Amino acid sequence: MSQLKRTPLFDIYKNYGGKTIDFGGWDLPVQFSSIKEEHEAVRTKAGLFDVSHMGEIEVKGPNSLPYLQKMMTNDVSKVSTNGAQYTAMCYENGGTVEDLLVYKRADEDYLLVVNAANIEKDYAWLEKHLEDGVTIHNISGNVAQLALQGPLAESVLQKLTATELDKIGFFKFQQDVVVAGKNALVSRTGYTGEDGFEIYCASEDAIHIWNSILEIGKEDGVIPCGLGARDTLRFEATLALYGQELSPEISPLEAGIGFAVKLNKEANFIGKEALVKQKENGVPRKLVGIEMIERGIPRHGYAVYSGDKQIGEVTTGTQSPTLKTNIGLALLDRAYSALETEVEVEIRGKKVKAKIIPTPFYKRAK
Amino acid sequence: MATPKELRYSKEHEWVKIEGEQARIGITDFAQSELGDIVFVELPEIGDEVTANEPFGSVESVKTVSELYAPISGKVIEINEELNDSPEFVNESPYEKAWMIVIEPADASDVEKLMSAEEYASMINED
Repeated sequence: MSQLKRTPLFDIYKNYGGKTIDFGGWDLPVQFSSIKEEHEAVRTKAGLFDVSHMGEIEVKGPNSLPYLQKMMTNDVSKVSTNGAQYTAMCYENGGTVEDLLVYKRADEDYLLVVNAANIEKDYAWLEKHLEDGVTIHNISGNVAQLALQGPLAESVLQKLTATELDKIGFFKFQQDVVVAGKNALVSRTGYTGEDGFEIYCASEDAIHIWNSILEIGKEDGVIPCGLGARDTLRFEATLALYGQELSPEISPLEAGIGFAVKLNKEANFIGKEALVKQKENGVPRKLVGIEMIERGIPRHGYAVYSGDKQIGEVTTGTQSPTLKTNIGLALLDRAYSALETEVEVEIRGKKVKAKIIPTPFYKRAK
Repeated sequence: MATPKELRYSKEHEWVKIEGEQARIGITDFAQSELGDIVFVELPEIGDEVTANEPFGSVESVKTVSELYAPISGKVIEINEELNDSPEFVNESPYEKAWMIVIEPADASDVEKLMSAEEYASMINED
C-alpha cells in the first residue's frame, strides 16, 4: 500500500469518513457516506470532490497553437482566452491516446488537464511530437483540484469569493480568483452532468479551501463525495471515461465524442486520415445505451450477444441511482446499434435480455 | 459492527443460524458495510445444492459484484424473495430482514467448524 500516490487532501479523508481504495495507483476515497447519498446530493444540492489526482501539463510558447492543432482532434483555434475545450488526442490509426480539457490562459499559454492514469503517457506523447517554439511542463505535482458540483454549487462558492461567479459561463474560467483567501483558477466545468465548478489551486491551499467549502456549505447540504459517486454521475450523463469508453483500440468517433473531432478544421492533426476514413465508411462500432429487460446489472467487460454472435461488450454499467434502472454503455457492432434492438448481456454465464435505449440517460433541467 | 452471539460465522463473512434441522444464512454487518449500498441480490433456486466454500449467489453494490460463499453444504429449501425488490434490507438489517437462504445441512456437524461470534469479531478487527 505504501507505493500508492496520495493527493494533498489524503490526511483529512478520515475526518469525513472517507474509505479509500487503490484507483490506478492512487489511494483515493471511493466514498465518504454512501455512493447513493453522495450521488443524490450532487443531483439535488451539491457535493465536493477531491480530483487532485488529475494531471496538468502546461503548453507555452509562440508555436503553441499550431502545435496543439496538430495534437488535438478539436479545433483549438476556437478557444478564446479564459475558455476551456473538451478534446481528444489520437494515434495515427485513430485510436485514442487521451481525452482531456484544454484551457487557454492567454495567447501562447495553455493548460492541459489529463487523466491521472495517463499523465506519463500523455507527456511522452506530447514530447515526442514537440516542435520549436513550444515548451511543455508537467505541473501535476504542484496543483490540487477540487470539484464542487450540483445545482447549489454557485450559491455556495459565491459565499467564499468576491468574484461574480454568475459571470463565468459554461466551459469558461477565471484566473486569480480568491477563494476563502487563497488564489485559484475557477472554471465552470465538471464531470457529473450538473452545473458546477472545478477549482485549481496550489497543493498547500487545498485543505483550507476544502474545509471552507464544506463548512460554509453545510447548511445547504453540501457533502464530501468520492470517486464512486463521480463514476455513477458521469455515467448517467454519458460522459466517457478513458479506459472504459475510450482506449487505444477505440476511436473518439466510435465512442460518441465526435463533437470533439473537427475533421474540417484547417490544420492537419494526428489520426485525421484514419478518422476521415471511419467517417466515410461508417464507424465499425458504436457506443450505445442499453437497459436490462430481464433481471441483472450490466458491468464493464460483460459480453453482449445477438443470438449466438458476440456483437460487443459493456464498457460501463450499474444500477442508475437517479433512474433506478439497470443500464449500461456498450460498444457494439454498428449493425446492432439501432434504438430498441434487443440484445443479450452475458452475466455470470447466463444470457440476460436487454435493449438499446437513447443516451444520455440523464440530462439536467436547464 | 454487530456480531450476534447466537450465530456462527465464516471467513467469507457469512453468518449461519441453526434452527432445529435447518440453517439460515446471510451476510454479516461487517460485509454489508464494506460493500456499501446493495442494489441487487442473486440467490439460488429452491432445491439447489450448495457446497461449502463455493459461490451460491451474488450481491451487487452500486460499484461492484461480490460472490456469496456457502458456509456449509446442503440443500436449499427456502430463499428470501423479498430481497429481489428490497436489496437495501442487506444494509439495513443484515441479520434479520436480509437472511438469504435456508438450507438442510448435508452434515449438521459442519457448523462446528465455523467461527464463534467472538472469533469472528477478532478476525475483522485484525483486518
